Amino acid sequence: MNPRYFRFFAALLALLSTACSHTELRGSGDLGVVIEREKGSVQIVNTSQPSPLSRISDLGDLSHASVVFSRDQRYAYIFGRDGGLSKIDLLQDKLEKRIVQAGNSIGGAISQDGKLIAVSNYTPGGVKIFSAETLEQIADIPAVYGEDGRLSKVVGLADASDHRFVFTLFDADEIWIADVKNPKQPAIQKFKNIGKQPYDALLTPDGRYYLAGLFGESGLAKLDMWQPEAGVQRVLPDYGKHDEKLPVYKMPHLQGWTSSGDWLFVPAVGQHEVLVIDKHNWQLIKRIPVVGQPVFVTARPDGRQVWVNFAFPDNQQVQVVDVKDLSVIKTLQPGKAVLHMEFTPRGEAVWLAVRDEDRVMVYDTETLTETARLPADKPSGIFFSSRANQLGL
Amino acid sequence: MLLCGSVSADEPAPAKQQELRNLLKHDCGACHGLQLKGGLGPPLLPEALADKSDVLLLDTIQNGRPGTAMPPWKSFLTVDETNWLIRLLRQP
Repeated sequence: MNPRYFRFFAALLALLSTACSHTELRGSGDLGVVIEREKGSVQIVNTSQPSPLSRISDLGDLSHASVVFSRDQRYAYIFGRDGGLSKIDLLQDKLEKRIVQAGNSIGGAISQDGKLIAVSNYTPGGVKIFSAETLEQIADIPAVYGEDGRLSKVVGLADASDHRFVFTLFDADEIWIADVKNPKQPAIQKFKNIGKQPYDALLTPDGRYYLAGLFGESGLAKLDMWQPEAGVQRVLPDYGKHDEKLPVYKMPHLQGWTSSGDWLFVPAVGQHEVLVIDKHNWQLIKRIPVVGQPVFVTARPDGRQVWVNFAFPDNQQVQVVDVKDLSVIKTLQPGKAVLHMEFTPRGEAVWLAVRDEDRVMVYDTETLTETARLPADKPSGIFFSSRANQLGL
Repeated sequence: MLLCGSVSADEPAPAKQQELRNLLKHDCGACHGLQLKGGLGPPLLPEALADKSDVLLLDTIQNGRPGTAMPPWKSFLTVDETNWLIRLLRQP
């Protein structure tokens, strides 16, 4: 080949490859992760298209897996049931690092400054703290309780402001606050006898209140993070005391508990109801009847709607509550086993994980109609990168 | 194997067996773990159940365990189906 032509083609080639790599550039704000629980894989998805981008496999047992995001939204940290902690690069579609940090794990949180990852474990019961950058362990907080030093399963781990993590001891009926200003030596503040069998907990979106749901008795345990020294108070202590409690086929999840304006929307345990609580006086203002036992009660980001999914055997349905008049306006039948719901950052759409149909479904939240579906292998959880900027998620 | 070799009268039909396996994996698994290694509920692996009698397990699954999170499954599972699940759980 004539050298001049060769140089021309080489330059053209270089130009083309630059152009290609430019088209591959990806923003991080409209990305998400779909958990495929049985396969032990996740899909990275784009929420604007909506479309799947890639699949990352070999992440262990992902039943009950949950995800938090780095503050730059580049990395997703995945907490697996088998104690696995995986750090995924959403921009390069690859597993950055994976460790197995415990025998049986339930969830995690990222610190306010994005530097620490905390994981809550069933076996051995406690919380471990890792560097978000390297996943090296920084601290271990065994959930020791009682006279004989047993370890409790830990649930409801959340990040709070002022360098704190807060979590609940299922077997010990305690809430602990860990101050991690010095992450190597967390300072622990314990609250005892908060109520029987606290099964999950959440931080209100403003970060002020930490609320633990109780399985063993009625009501919720409330801790004011602005003044924890005031102690734990009971909310709705008499709720459902005289009603017959129905068997619970799936524990409600409280991370999706919802704060919409002055109201808090809460799944009733053992009842076919969503409870509406006034946050000013912590009184029950309405019990909204629904078709089954709620699992997730999740508000659209603007608080206008609340979407509810249900425990077995009613988990083929989803109901939409209009917050304007606190009543159900739509019952959807997306398919068998709707396990999770996630709103896009500003809430024009919601994604549903429909496990037994092997698909994710996208609904328009204004028309309440399906707009897209994506194949997924036994999807159980959907997590969007906008969570990176929300306290308690 | 004794179980597979003899098709007993109380063996659920193949489609039902598939449904029961799915229930075990996903709905029991919600508390006991997808791999039945335990979660909020205790592990259901063969060694964990070794010292529990069939009668106790049948009663636990059918009627639940009051005072714990274990609900009764008798509205969804017949006694024969429950016994089949117990045999499945005991298989290594």
